[in-house]
Amino acid sequence: MPRGGSRILSERRTVIESSGPGETMALGESLGRRAAAGTVFAIRGGLGAGKTCLVQGIARGVGVAPSVAVASPSFVIITEYRGRLPFFHFDLYRIRDWREVFDVGWDDYLDRGGVIAVEWAERLGPLLPAGCTAVDIEITGEETRRITLAGGAGAGSAEGPS
Amino acid sequence: MGDGTRAWILGIETSCDETAAAIVEGDRVLAESVASQDEVHRPYGGVVPELASRRHLALLGPLVRGCLRRSGLDAGMLDAVAVTRGPGLAGCLLAGVGFAKGVACGLGIPLIGVNHIEAHLFSCSLGGRAVFPAVALVVSGGHTALLLVRGWGDYRLLGRTLDDAVGEAYDKVASMMGLPFPGGPAIEERAARCPPGASVRFPRPLLASGDLQFSFSGLKTAVRYRLEGRGSGGGRPAEPDAVARGFQEAVVEVLLAKSLEAARRTRARCLMLAGGVARNGFLRGAFERGARGLGLPLLCAPERYCTDNGVMVAALAVRLFREGRRDDLALDIDPGLRLGEPGGEEGCIRPR
Repeated sequence: MPRGGSRILSERRTVIESSGPGETMALGESLGRRAAAGTVFAIRGGLGAGKTCLVQGIARGVGVAPSVAVASPSFVIITEYRGRLPFFHFDLYRIRDWREVFDVGWDDYLDRGGVIAVEWAERLGPLLPAGCTAVDIEITGEETRRITLAGGAGAGSAEGPS
Repeated sequence: MGDGTRAWILGIETSCDETAAAIVEGDRVLAESVASQDEVHRPYGGVVPELASRRHLALLGPLVRGCLRRSGLDAGMLDAVAVTRGPGLAGCLLAGVGFAKGVACGLGIPLIGVNHIEAHLFSCSLGGRAVFPAVALVVSGGHTALLLVRGWGDYRLLGRTLDDAVGEAYDKVASMMGLPFPGGPAIEERAARCPPGASVRFPRPLLASGDLQFSFSGLKTAVRYRLEGRGSGGGRPAEPDAVARGFQEAVVEVLLAKSLEAARRTRARCLMLAGGVARNGFLRGAFERGARGLGLPLLCAPERYCTDNGVMVAALAVRLFREGRRDDLALDIDPGLRLGEPGGEEGCIRPR
């Protein structure tokens, strides 16, 4: 269960202007540090937006050793890491239908008490958990990015954040 | 392989999209089969989820039966069954390993678990005689690994990608350009239409980093910018063929420079090139010239065995089998299996 205040609340949106990959990664790291068991980061942004870069930061914040390369899992869909909590890095780039995410074992990963970061989270469809942290990355310049954080995205369901 | 020990081996590969099987007799391929996406989707009307491991399961039986028929062997004549146990997608690996266990159990023959990256690398031995130590580049949609190969079974990772794999970068750039999947052949074709010297100049990521690591994520972003005519490149969208050529030049230059640097540092006597991206003619050509420049032989995986296949699994297993390697039914999959890294197991039997 998340500790008090460790999650961004449903209604709140935070907009961060990142000056480049270093800052994007640092933001990820601070998100990762605050993440608790069960935290899901649902990340959206086109090709080259810097999703993997942000996830590399989150992994560091969750305590994945700096010597461990956190590379893109586009090919294998999911890569697991060990940090202070288990860290699961999903990349749904090759996914065409949310049912395929289900087949990969999405529910099992949700139950494992780790932190989950999902690239191409829009492809989760109905599997997007209520109470996840939505992270949208928008390209504003060659290096600069606008990163919007919001809680409870996908909580179009009545329940709202857990 | 001079060893005369008879080795009729069935190899199974299901680590990702391809369902593949092969039967080899020593260094001779008796039968092989790879189920492509088209074949897969036809009987099911295209409704089966692309990644479902049950698709591997549905295909393995017919595929293996077909291989047995064409090989002229009875199943009872097989000496061992080999299977990829990692790295790859967990559900897909489980399908292959589960099937292989069934075969091993049913026929009472040994099971041999194989590292997918080692199998790709070992397919170089199907292209000619290896000289050691060698520096090997394994490049595919999921892997970018630069390895020191002191001998078969003795590997040390020298460098890898910090973000996107090479094949993944090709696929994603192709997607940005509206080109079909897989991106490699499509980009190579577009690049060939651009005259030399007319390409867009892209940054060479980590070329001067002093280490042997790779990064292709930033290059992807730079390509996007030039295609959209934004950023430092000027206000007009760049011509796609010139982008394709420039992208390919940047990728290949970095891959080659780091491979040659690794060869110099390790005093390698041979260069090796394997994995799906090794089919790329531009990459092969550059490696041929680079190896010649250093006076080293270049050993490439034969083109047909660059992408995932069963022959590479069976061929590696022949070697392991003759070395006495036997796994039991407790063999486990390892989606994150690595090669040549501490704790990466280097194809060792998993301690249990």
